[in-house]
Amino acid sequence: MNASPAQNLAGPQSRVRKSGAGADRVFELLTASSALFVLLILGGTAVSMAWGGRLAFKTFGWRFITDPTWDAVGSHFGALVPIYGTLVTSAIALIIAVPVSIGIALFLTDIAPRWSRTPISVAIELLAAIPSIIYGMWGLFVFAPFMATHVEPWLSDHLGNKAIIGPLFNGPPIGIGMLTAGVVLGIMVIPFIAAVAREVFSAVPAPLRESAVALGSTRWEILSRVTLPYTRSAVIGAIFLGLGRALGETMAVTFVLGNAHDLSASLLMPSNSIAAAIANEFTEADTEIYRSSLIALGFLLFVVTFIVLTIAKLLLLRINKQMGRTH
Amino acid sequence: MAIPARRRIADISAFAFATAATVFGLVWLTWILWMTIRQGAGALSPQLFKEMTPPPGSSGGLLNAFYGSAVMILLAVIIGTPIGVAAGTYLAEHGRYTKLAAIVSFVNDILLSAPSIVIGLFIYTLVVRTMGHFSGWAGALSLAMILLPIIVRTTEESLRLIPDTMREAGFALGLPRWRVTRQILYKAGLSSILTGILLGVARIAGETAPLLFTALNNQFWSSSLNGPLANVPVVIFQYAMSPYDEWHTLAWAGAFVLTAFVLALNILVRVLARKGKQR
Amino acid sequence: MNDSATALRIKPASSAMVSDAENMAAIHIRDLDFYYGKGHALKAVNMDVPAKCVTAIIGPSGCGKSTLLRTINRIYELYPDQYATGEIMIDGRNVLDRKYPLADLRRLVGMVFQKPTPFPSSIWSNVGFALSYYERLSKSEINDRIEDALRQAALWDEVKDKLNQSALGLSGGQQQRLCIARTIATRPEILLLDEATSALDPISTAKVEELIHELRERFTIVIVTHNMQQAARVSQRTAFFHLGELIEVGNTSEIFTNPREQRTRDYITGRYG
Repeated sequence: MNASPAQNLAGPQSRVRKSGAGADRVFELLTASSALFVLLILGGTAVSMAWGGRLAFKTFGWRFITDPTWDAVGSHFGALVPIYGTLVTSAIALIIAVPVSIGIALFLTDIAPRWSRTPISVAIELLAAIPSIIYGMWGLFVFAPFMATHVEPWLSDHLGNKAIIGPLFNGPPIGIGMLTAGVVLGIMVIPFIAAVAREVFSAVPAPLRESAVALGSTRWEILSRVTLPYTRSAVIGAIFLGLGRALGETMAVTFVLGNAHDLSASLLMPSNSIAAAIANEFTEADTEIYRSSLIALGFLLFVVTFIVLTIAKLLLLRINKQMGRTH
Repeated sequence: MAIPARRRIADISAFAFATAATVFGLVWLTWILWMTIRQGAGALSPQLFKEMTPPPGSSGGLLNAFYGSAVMILLAVIIGTPIGVAAGTYLAEHGRYTKLAAIVSFVNDILLSAPSIVIGLFIYTLVVRTMGHFSGWAGALSLAMILLPIIVRTTEESLRLIPDTMREAGFALGLPRWRVTRQILYKAGLSSILTGILLGVARIAGETAPLLFTALNNQFWSSSLNGPLANVPVVIFQYAMSPYDEWHTLAWAGAFVLTAFVLALNILVRVLARKGKQR
Repeated sequence: MNDSATALRIKPASSAMVSDAENMAAIHIRDLDFYYGKGHALKAVNMDVPAKCVTAIIGPSGCGKSTLLRTINRIYELYPDQYATGEIMIDGRNVLDRKYPLADLRRLVGMVFQKPTPFPSSIWSNVGFALSYYERLSKSEINDRIEDALRQAALWDEVKDKLNQSALGLSGGQQQRLCIARTIATRPEILLLDEATSALDPISTAKVEELIHELRERFTIVIVTHNMQQAARVSQRTAFFHLGELIEVGNTSEIFTNPREQRTRDYITGRYG
């Protein structure tokens, strides 16, 4: 009934054992090479864009970054306007998104009644699920006209002639422009920052919060003196994450930024972003230098977003370690 | 003992601000969805699904765009899922303590948030230049490259959720690693991996930028992947930016269908996730 | 002295002595050291585990008892910073030797864990999981072996009508007995039970203890438990560990009524735990 295993160890056993080890090695090889493939994508992207942009970099050198001229006819390209537009719209986006996201995170972890927390956070996450082209269409057909009719005239009337910030708001209220694009971008970025902020806010250890409550702290004091300091790295990481996404966002911005080639101080004026320029002009680029300049722009964008996202990830990893997560 | 006024004001202000911020966020969501429904639902008609994209001035539908998108998404899933699941398996299992896995996981997370237009340029250089023309293959490939990091991440997380005792029990029986992974872990993590695929599909369905220089667009019916292939996002882009009203209407209709599709997938994922948790 | 035993109201299972001459030791542990990274979890352990009887390993938390079990089937090799030195001889061969194939070892030695771990498949599939891996069996042979294992695990009557249902639908106690059935289906020589009843309710625990009692006629069983009464009920030999060292090993009745070492006496009388 219970034959000694020793008898069964010969013959079939060794066959099974050998194929098991061989199959294991094959499996490991398959999975490892798939993992390597991920690295290859990153490397391939970087290399192909550096390669594609080399003509532009060789022709224009470092001045490519500071030159505001974008002349398709004369084949003279400078990246300043797209870079400027990218930075300004992203800055506006963050100015809007960061306080709003932290406010949402506070609301969801502290103020909202328990039954409403999931539905509201689902709703906020839906903002992230909406494809960016929908944002773009809505921006173009709904929001830009709204800005042109209701907001921009007010801004240029009331702020357009003030000292220092005046030039920022001085311009015709056409709706299409850096301000509108910045606002749309800001809304897009809110769910990403809010999701991370909410996660880390609710992960603040109960004893910490409870001690503050026991001392008689108000909600604001708990947020500013306990929660935010404790989660500082993560919140900054989340901000960098939002920035990374804002920098690279294409469709939402392309619709409402205007594809202008002139530098202007006013936020009400149209401009260009790196991603929008590429999206708008790539299929029309008919000369090598034109295409190469666009790819060079892409390379710049890639490098900058890579750095920003790396910083974000490092900051977020730190809070994971702090909270004892294994990865 | 009452809290001094200064502190109370600060607290109420914080309360008010947080509530306002949430309302702010929800207002935008409602506005965007509402406008999409209003403009898009009005443009819905059976014609949408029966006719091709029309030249300016005439009416038509989006059939070729729906077809092209469906084909490319399907191809992207076929290409991206096996590689993604395999890579995620490496990160969670064989490579769990290796440096390679740590680096890949890091890079993968960056790719998740990286601008998709850059991926489009990469595939353009790699495929379109080599082939000499735009193609559905290139489009599918670029979508696959965007899908891949999502699948890698969700597979890795799904597998990591499975407690180690399950693995130890399999190994204690003498099973080799590949059997433990295939016969135990994949089965245990199957629903999570599937929801990851659904989420990935929701994401790539709306991707426009990479398709702009890979599949481009095709006004006519084309079932060949060897040339430019119509797809919903690029059609919306081109039609919305055009000066023609009929095209604007079609763009809204396309936007509505796309949004409905993506939101439906998201809801489906949540329902599945909750059912999985109940078990 | 009988004081310690009566104080705890323990009734040792049997006063029958286990003589080494009668039962050849199934496991010889020689100079075993175990390291977790920088931690030294087992120190120079020398121990013989006799065949066809139940040996209990007891001791306070962190004393290394689970670690000892996990060295016997080398399950620790899943984790890169854990390693062992020394020898564990089973059937005349050192199983810690890198050259000793893991598949052979795991065929020889079965392990049941603290938390029941049914695989996400049917009851039938769970029990037969590793069967076809080791031997070429016909479909009817597989069915026989599964039934046999389930009978030995005292689970057959409860599940014979629902073999195709998911194992996850069983209760905790049933799941653990399923895991036992799964482990004995491949007919190992040695069974390692790592706190196998800690996560179970008292009735299921009693059923599993009964099972252990029946199984010891066919298997060499080593159990790790923090429940001294269980050790006394179920085992014939007991080993007491403290801080990674084997303090004392002997027949269960002696250990609980008349331990030689002061530390053993302290633990048994509950002075620390």
